[in-house]
Amino acid sequence: MATVNDVVIKIATVNGTGSASANSLLMKSIFQMGIPVVGKNYFPSNIQGLPTWYEIRVTGDGYQSRSGRVDVMVAMNAQTYARDLAEVSPGGWLIYDSTWPRNKLLNRDDVTVLGIPLSRMCNEHFKGARARILMKNIAYVGALAALLDIDLETITGLIERAFADKQQLIGSNMEAIRLGFDYANENFVCPLPKKVAAMDGTKGHIVIDGNTAAGLGCMYAGATVGAWYPITPSTSLMDAFRSFCSQYRVDPDTGKRTYCIIQAEDELAAIGMVLGASWNGARSFTPTSGPGISLMSEFLGFAYYAELPAVVFNVQRVGPSTGMPTRTQQADILSCAYASHGDTKHVLLFPADPSECFHMALASFDLAEGLQTPVMVLSDLDIGMNDWMVPEFEIDESYVPDRGKVLSAEELEDMEQFYRYLDVDGDGIPYRTLPGTHPKGSYFTRGSGHTRYGAYTEDSAQYQDVLDRLLVKWETARTMVPQAEIQYSKFNKAAILTVGSGDGACREAIDRLAEQNVPLNYCRVRAFPFSDEIKEFIDKHEVVYVVEQNRDAQLRTLLILDCESEPSKLVSLLHYNGMPLNADFVVENVLEERSKGQAA
Amino acid sequence: MSYIAKPEVAHPNMPRNKLGLTARDYEGTVSTLCAGCGHDSVTTAIIQAVFQLNIEPHMLAKMSGIGCSSKTPAYFVSQSHGFNAVHGRMPSVTTGANAANRTLTYIGVSGDGDSLSIGAGQFVHAIRRNLNMCYIIENNGVYGLTKGQFSASADIGSKPKKGLPNQQEPIDPVSTALSLGATYIARSFSGDKEQLIPLIQGALLHDGFALVDVISPCVTFNDHEGSTKSYAHTRQFYHHVVDADYVPPAEEIKAAYNDGSAMPIELHDGSKIVLRKVDKNYDPTSRAVSFKFLRDHFNAGEITTGLLYIDESRKEMHGLMGNIDTPLSEYPLDKLHPGRKELKKILNRYR
Repeated sequence: MATVNDVVIKIATVNGTGSASANSLLMKSIFQMGIPVVGKNYFPSNIQGLPTWYEIRVTGDGYQSRSGRVDVMVAMNAQTYARDLAEVSPGGWLIYDSTWPRNKLLNRDDVTVLGIPLSRMCNEHFKGARARILMKNIAYVGALAALLDIDLETITGLIERAFADKQQLIGSNMEAIRLGFDYANENFVCPLPKKVAAMDGTKGHIVIDGNTAAGLGCMYAGATVGAWYPITPSTSLMDAFRSFCSQYRVDPDTGKRTYCIIQAEDELAAIGMVLGASWNGARSFTPTSGPGISLMSEFLGFAYYAELPAVVFNVQRVGPSTGMPTRTQQADILSCAYASHGDTKHVLLFPADPSECFHMALASFDLAEGLQTPVMVLSDLDIGMNDWMVPEFEIDESYVPDRGKVLSAEELEDMEQFYRYLDVDGDGIPYRTLPGTHPKGSYFTRGSGHTRYGAYTEDSAQYQDVLDRLLVKWETARTMVPQAEIQYSKFNKAAILTVGSGDGACREAIDRLAEQNVPLNYCRVRAFPFSDEIKEFIDKHEVVYVVEQNRDAQLRTLLILDCESEPSKLVSLLHYNGMPLNADFVVENVLEERSKGQAA
Repeated sequence: MSYIAKPEVAHPNMPRNKLGLTARDYEGTVSTLCAGCGHDSVTTAIIQAVFQLNIEPHMLAKMSGIGCSSKTPAYFVSQSHGFNAVHGRMPSVTTGANAANRTLTYIGVSGDGDSLSIGAGQFVHAIRRNLNMCYIIENNGVYGLTKGQFSASADIGSKPKKGLPNQQEPIDPVSTALSLGATYIARSFSGDKEQLIPLIQGALLHDGFALVDVISPCVTFNDHEGSTKSYAHTRQFYHHVVDADYVPPAEEIKAAYNDGSAMPIELHDGSKIVLRKVDKNYDPTSRAVSFKFLRDHFNAGEITTGLLYIDESRKEMHGLMGNIDTPLSEYPLDKLHPGRKELKKILNRYR
């Protein structure tokens, strides 16, 4: 079927051959033509040699999730040729490097195979093994430009921008583009029936990954101390923070740094550093992933009880244990919500895309300081490491961080006596002081039993008094966290409820189900504790499909615990194979659950 | 009990420091440790050291982990902020605290369990960063709060009250710190205040990681015959290598020292530590000399004490990173936040 701006391209390459920049060039050039795109990188936990794929969904409708199909496969990796060919949707195309013979036994009648002698052409035109390998990638972008009708001038502009500092590379890259472009034009009917055409669908948008967005958000939030231990898939968050800081965080008078990034010896130390810094008044954070949360748990309980702000980004990956470090999941919801021994519960934020990573990074510091407690931002590998098209970030010119209830030297001077854990305002949030401010502000920060006055205690009533007051604070948190996103019509008795990166697939599924006369309302949870409208939303429906990316229905469990929702209403749709969620999964499973319901 | 305040009575003629405070002003709550615990003597030495250095109480941060030693920050300088972290994690909290505000004076009190077992990793890495702090280990070779298990610093042959002697090699914090490149390394004995107070003062003023390993016998579980960390054993094998005197910046060094053995070392604030070398061949600025000396005396069963190594040339953590002198926690926000227009420019890279 011929389509315009509705095509899925998948590129199969070998890890470490430099295909990432070629794939990014391809995606960006389509984006710059005004066409919405979705990019997904499926990569191994490996430095070099294992198979890797990049998938670009061109979606004129502006959907945010990956598609279940592949229209054009660029099979550059002999190792995965058989499965790559098998994955092409009927009627699709397969492009391969015809320098070498391919296995004709694997032919499919319903797929058009296009051979391009990429290696041969690049070997003839470029010198040196490294250049030949890199240019082969650029050459397939050229071929795809001809086959899909991508604007060459846009590609040229992007190459010129990428190599502004290395002019000599512009010529060779353009030469490689032309090699592929001309070969395709001379040998195939270009463009293919599935092609792209310039439109006006990307205005005011950028293409960015969630970790970069979160790192930028941390800088804008005024974070000055970042401590971390490298772990996939969170590493690029600190890389981004460092890169922005190196540009914007140099004191103009002294040329010295106004930020401190510490690579810790492990995650135990990383969170300890964050707590020390926030205790001392700096906005501080740590990015990590599931295994890091496990290690940080003891300190998270400490911070909950001693009431110290902390911002933790958990870019979730596949568990349990080491699991699959380069695949995505939402399986740390419960371990974060109740991290650490004893009665603890933590504020969680759930960004759905890089835009929310930026805005929630800003919000997380205000919440952590406002509530004097750790705030965990639960992103995932799909959001954190993939490029997403999102509206460009906006901040208010008058943005001032909310440091919460911190007493100044003057306020302390005027006070009779300061007590650290006294609920003066009735909202469960006490006042705090920063070391070095005033002798009257001193108190002892401890994880051992303490009274409302901050003194050590083993007295039952005094201990319980503080523990109960923390519940008052928890209810205050419920009113302060970001509200859920809700689409509601009173005519619909069923709904989809999801979290984080499930958003795009669920929205697309809702559109498709509506076309099949299955209208559904929608709720996307954005924070824990759950704000009141979530409970009300669930109460108003007969059935709520809870779509999440883990095996054990962790979000559903949390809804039952925190909202006391009726469990029989909450029907789980669970996707946990490590690939990002897509709309097909949601549509098929909603229909299946409905048919079960009707049969009964 | 530690939550009972001491009566505020001070003799009108008590000496006052330059801030007009008496030593009583540097005290904390009443200790809950066992009567005769070495740790209480260390607490007293800390109070004297801080009092004499004229440190403003609210500019001192008291850091600790878990254990008998880690309880002691409650027993000195009540008007300072204290942070009693989780077990073995005091170094990371102090690292973060120092990152946020480098103008406070950091004193960490830890023990052999807290620093050499559960917290060994953090102890090591704080040294590696040359974190600017005074790190005191109250070392008694035993776990007190859990009733008498050996710690990692128990010597081979050391006998517990019950059970078999220790057979495992001890971890010596001093030689560990020396091999890791700590820039101020001292050892003393809780019962020797004359030596301990100036060593703590030097450690507080040293611009980098300063370790003071204090043999501090546990009267309840490790002060019997056969224990190598008992009062009797320590007194018998105690060997002064160097004694240190602290001389404030304004004061002249008087010639009370024997020429061949006096060695003044200038600290960053202009004050001096004057070392009186008992052993003239000892050079506390050479890691190689220090290491050999330590091992030889260890093999002879002696506990070498004094300022065993010092390097005033190496930069501390902030200096190594090129960070601003102002505390990051006090840096004005409008300078941390590039503004809306710059955001637009940054985002243009992602089109």
